[in-house]
Formats: sequence, structure tokens, C-alpha cells
Amino acid sequence: MTQTATQATQAARSSGATTSMPIAKALNESLRKALENDPKVLIMGEDVGRLGGVFRITDGLYKDFGEDRVIDTPLAESGIVGTAVGLALRGYRPVVEIQFDGFVFPAYDQIVTQLAKMHARALGKVRMPVVVRIPYGGGIGAVEHHSESPEALFAHVAGLKVVSPSNANDAYWMLQQAIECDDPVIFFEPKRRYWDKGEVAVDAVPTGLHQAVVAQPGTDLTLVAYGPMVKVCLEAAAAAANEGRSLEVVDLRSLSPIDFDTVQASVEKTGRLVVVHEAPVFYGAGAEIAARITERSFYHLEAPVLRVGGFHSPYPPARLEEEYLPGLDRVLDAVDRSLAF
Amino acid sequence: MSVKSTAAGGPPAKGRGRTTRAAGAKRRGEEPELVQLLTPQGERVEHSGYSLDPTPDELRGLYRDMVLTRRFDAEAITLQRQGELGLWASLLGQEAAQIGSGRATRPADYIFPTYREHGVAWTRDVDPLNLLGMFRGVNNGGWDPAENHFHLYTIVIGSQTLHGTGYAMGLAKDGADAAVIAYFGDGASSQGDVAEAFTFAAVYNAPVVFFCQNNQWAISEPTEKQSRVPIYQRAAGFGFPGVRVDGNDVLAVLAVTRAALEHARSGQGPMLVEAFTYRMGAHTTTDDPTRYRSDEEREEWASKDPIARLRTYLDKEGLADEDFHAELAAESDALAKRVRDGVRAMPDPGPMAMFDHVYADGHALVDEERAQFAAYQASFADSADSAEGSGASRTPAAAHGKGH
Ligand SMILES: Cc1ncc(C[n+]2csc(CCOP(=O)(O)OP(=O)(O)O)c2C)c(N)n1
Ligand SMILES: [Mg+2]
Repeated sequence: MTQTATQATQAARSSGATTSMPIAKALNESLRKALENDPKVLIMGEDVGRLGGVFRITDGLYKDFGEDRVIDTPLAESGIVGTAVGLALRGYRPVVEIQFDGFVFPAYDQIVTQLAKMHARALGKVRMPVVVRIPYGGGIGAVEHHSESPEALFAHVAGLKVVSPSNANDAYWMLQQAIECDDPVIFFEPKRRYWDKGEVAVDAVPTGLHQAVVAQPGTDLTLVAYGPMVKVCLEAAAAAANEGRSLEVVDLRSLSPIDFDTVQASVEKTGRLVVVHEAPVFYGAGAEIAARITERSFYHLEAPVLRVGGFHSPYPPARLEEEYLPGLDRVLDAVDRSLAF
Repeated sequence: MSVKSTAAGGPPAKGRGRTTRAAGAKRRGEEPELVQLLTPQGERVEHSGYSLDPTPDELRGLYRDMVLTRRFDAEAITLQRQGELGLWASLLGQEAAQIGSGRATRPADYIFPTYREHGVAWTRDVDPLNLLGMFRGVNNGGWDPAENHFHLYTIVIGSQTLHGTGYAMGLAKDGADAAVIAYFGDGASSQGDVAEAFTFAAVYNAPVVFFCQNNQWAISEPTEKQSRVPIYQRAAGFGFPGVRVDGNDVLAVLAVTRAALEHARSGQGPMLVEAFTYRMGAHTTTDDPTRYRSDEEREEWASKDPIARLRTYLDKEGLADEDFHAELAAESDALAKRVRDGVRAMPDPGPMAMFDHVYADGHALVDEERAQFAAYQASFADSADSAEGSGASRTPAAAHGKGH
């Protein structure tokens, strides 16, 4: 290795500095650190080796850690997750890459019936420290099955933890935390934000993996989002500020468990809540948040909890995705409706 | 014609080096023999198990198919570079595998393609423009599969082999004089769906030909990462014949696929054909093969080009003259122009199309969301008409009353 980003990162660590990098690079650095720190960590997936993954998240790792630890698997998602379960039983900590959101479904059986339940079935005697990384969401102009947001299908399953970072610093830290976690974590990566840069504080004590954070304080209304929609909500807050409205943006970060306390505190301050995600609204994460917050904060609410998200229709072809994806206007429309209540 | 269960009718190659690792178990040069009727040098050769006696017209037809398909493919790559398509999966190098197998089918047969079967589509008279809709991003399939017995492209690897098997089970139930051909790749051979398709086809003796284009690569992974036996040998374990054919030899592919389809149609059940070929281009237009494979390998395969070898043969035998080639060149240009113009003129669907065809029998929520979205869209028209007239999209609030 010559002058690598790792060395740059180490330099930053010792000096307490932050480094600016895109989310993709932050994930790459995070995997590198995990491989360095723990010989039991393995990376598995289609094209994760020599190619470095179709999004290059594992770029350079095959070269530096070898094919025994960075494993190009046969093209079989059920096989990838099923063998990861076996490797975990043997004491390894597999970090599995699913190439695109739409291709996790061949593995869904292994994830739901095996990975999620193994710990409980063994009465706690076995642990399943498996991370399933899934680039998810739309906005990249792809063909079908490359733009799905299936997070609710996993959050619905007891035994799985589900998280999604929205920025480079979280990408870096949350992935380490997910790998250190002794439960299976489905790690949803906002693929259309892979190239968004942010400061990564490699020295800082990271926020807890399942803790929500207030990304933008405000007083009039709470926007809750995660992953790719956090950026849209921050833009919405900026646009609303121009109109004299103060929106608070909560970055949920974790979908299972959900940090309802942080959401509740925000809603009890603002009195209004709009939940935003790309995934279809019907049976989506927003439904769960709306229900829980209505139970917790009924007398603080000045409007019904509104949801902005995808429709109950298949993800559309690329030329329609701009209309399909909730953007600034759809978020602000919901803000208006809430405030008009 | 008898169908042998091994390539070239001989026993499987024995004594291949076995190591405990799958990766690297196969060494180049140890490949079992392929069924071949036309060598890379353009020499006609005989094969004991498979024969073909094509007329000059048929030979010219196959050549024309391959040339036009290659031209269409090249045009699609260009259109992608120009931003007219979002993506393209090139079939460059696989023309013989696709034209030979497609031309082996009869109208009543049914095709289940992956996303790369542009040449097969051509043989089924599917309008090339139809293939481009999905890659342009105006639909997710977009043609009526029944029209040409050519099913929609399938992106989720391996799925269509099960659909093809089920369709074939239906054909058998109906006593139809037809078979299915289901395409898949070397990478797909690892998928559970494909193994299950083999199982079902075998158990129900379904009239389906599994046609694997082993183009040596699944994106960046060589076939060695998928299998330590040649793929055609998998069939034996499921109880049906498998054969490996030179996938760059259109005559051999035609002969072998014809025999396989006849095997299926005549009630003898499934068969696996492995067309040994090469993906000359990138996996798709987003891929960069320089990251994982060598130029030498590509060069080696370039010398086995499917079109060049047939041309050599045609010219040598005096079966195609200058006029033929000139006419074909003009026809290629015309096709390219039609494709270019057609793609550029292809309209984007209107946003309300998102709510179309979600269900055959309708769904209350879809209706509700459609109406809400229409009202939301209309609110922008209202605000654009209003005094501000800024054209900015941000003012739909007035359109939404309390208690929506
Ligand atoms: C279930 C599933 N997993 C992953 C992918 C992503 N993917 C698209 S093509 C491809 C490789 C396919 O290789 P092969 O079957 O050999 O067909 P080829 O592309 O070479 O024609 C992969 C991994 C997918 N489309 N579906
Ligand atoms: Mg392949």
C-alpha cells in the first residue's frame, strides 16, 4: 500500500481532524477498518472482489485483504445469505453485499426464516452477527428492480435490525457499529447519495446506531426522514425558512428499533409531524411512526400525522421517477396541509 | 436424430484436476469438445451427432440476421452514449448463439429471454424498438408476449427459467405440438430458481429447452466462480441430456437447438444446451471490463467471431457476391436509421401512467392515489395561472383545504 485513504484517515485520527469524502468512500473506509480490526470479518457478494462491487464500495479490499476475506460469490443471493448464516455459526462476521435492492428477494427466505430467528430458536445460545448491505432507493435512472425501497419488509420482521445512514459520517460509523452488533443488521445504503460528500469525524465518539438525531432544529413542524430523503427534507426546511416557517428535521437513522423518544420530543415541541420516505406509503414506516406518535403525543398534535412517499404502484420506469419520487414540492405540499389544519 | 448426453457424443472429459477449491479448478485448454459444424476459419466440418444441410438462401439468411443484429446492437450502444437510452446490454459476440437458436424455433414455440436476447427477438419478428423502451426508461417491458411468443425481458437472474418450465408444463397438458426455450447465463446457472426449473422440468417431463449462453462472464466473475463442471454436465444429475455447442458457430447452434426442441416437442422432456461463447463487450454500458479481464482473452475470442467465420465460408463457396454484401450494408444503415429515429421519437409516458395496469381488476387505493395525484398536479397549473406567475412549482398550498 502506498499513500492510501486509510493512512490519510489514520493521520486524521491522530490529529483529531475530519476528512471530507463521499458516502461511497466512507463505506469503503469503514469496511477496510472492520477488516483490519477483526480477522473474523468477511465480505461476501457478487462482484465485490476484483471489480470492487458495481458501486465500488469494496474497491481495493480484495487486493489488500485477499480472496479469502473478500469473497466473490456465485450468483445466488439465497446462497450468499444462507452461507453467511453458517459462517456466523462458525464464528465469522460476514458482511454481505446485495447488488441492488430488487435482488435481495431470492435471499428473503434465508433472511426471514433463518437469519432473523436463529438467536431466538437457540434460546440465545447462538448469535448472528451478519450485516446485509443493500444499496436502495431510486433517482439514478435505472431499469426496473434497481430502485426499490423494501425496508419495511425487513423492519416488519422480529430479529432483524434495520438502519440507513443519510450522510458520510453516519455511513462510516453506522457500518462499523452494524458489524460489531451481534444481531443481524439490514444496512440500507442510499445509493443516489453515494457520491454526496460530507465530513467524516474518525475521532469522534459516534452516535448510537439506533439513535435518531435532529438534523435541523425548528419550531413549527417536524419532518421525519431517513436515508436518501433526509437531504430533501433539509432542502425543504431551507425553502420553508425563506417563507418564515421553521421546520425541524429528524434523521431517523434506524428503522428497527426506532428512536421514538427523539421523534416524540420533537413533535411535542412543534405539534405537527410529516413523515417522508421513498417507499410506498401503504404499510410503510410512516404508518408505524404515525400510529406510535399518535398514541404517545395525541394531545400535542395540532394536525394529523401526514405521510409523503411512494404510491401503491410498481416503481415506474426511469423517465417517470422524478414524478414518482417525493421531492421538495411534495414535502412542502404536505407541510402546507399540516400547517393549514 | 439421437441426442447424446455429452458434448460431441463422447464421455465427459475425465481426469480433470480436482482441487478442494472451486475457484481455479478449471484450466483453460481442458474444455470438453464442442459440437461444431463451422470452424473459426470458416471450414465446414461434420459431426456424428448433429448435421445440417442448409440451402444457400438459409446460409445467407443466417448471415443477414447476424449482421443486422450486430448493427442494431451497435446503434443501441451509440444511443446510450448520446443519452437516448439509460442503459444497454450488448450482445456483441453472441450473435450466432442467439440467431442460431432463435431460428431453430417454430412459430408455436415460446421463448423466455433474459435481458440480452436481442438477436433472438429479431428472429421472432419483435420490433427492435420494442426492446429499447425498457432501456430508454419509458416502460418496464412493454410488449405483448403472446404476439410473437416472446416473453418480456427478465432482469432478476434466473426467474424466467421457472416461467418457461411452467409454460412448458401447460403445453404438455394441452398436448400442444410446441416447446419452450428458456435462456439464461453462466452466472444464472448458480441461482436456486434455475436448479428448481431443472427439477420441475425433469419431474414433469416438460417440453423445455434450457439454453445457457455461457459467455464466460457474469459481470466481473468468470464461469469458474459458478461451477466446477462444464455447465452442460449439470443436466445429467437432473436426469436429462445436456450438450455443449460452439456458441459462435451459427450452424452448430441451429442444428443442436433444432434437435433439442424436437426432443422436447416429441415428448422426451427437457434438454440443456450450453452455447460456449463470449461477451465481447462490457456487461452493460455502465460496466468497465478493464477492471477484471485481459485484452488477450478478448483478442483470442475475436478470432472466433461468429459473423466473420460465416462470411469466410459464404465468400469462399461463392454463395454471397458483392451485390449481396452491398445490399446488406444498405439494409443495415436503414435499420440503424429507423432505430435511431424511432428512439428519438419515442414519447415519455405521462405521469398518470404510473397508476395504469397495477391491477387487472382495479384497486380502491390506486384509484384514490391517482385522484390525489391528479389534483396535486392540477394545483401547479392553478398556481401558474395565478398572479405570481413565477413558473416556480412551489405554491400548491391553496389547492389543499383543511380536512382533505
Ligand atoms: C437476482 C439477481 N441478482 C443480481 C443481479 C445483478 N446482475 C445483473 S446481470 C448479472 C450477471 C449475470 O450473468 P450471466 O447470468 O452470466 O448473464 P450475462 O449477463 O453474462 O448475459 C448480475 C449479477 C440480477 N439482475 N438479479
Ligand atoms: Mg454470462
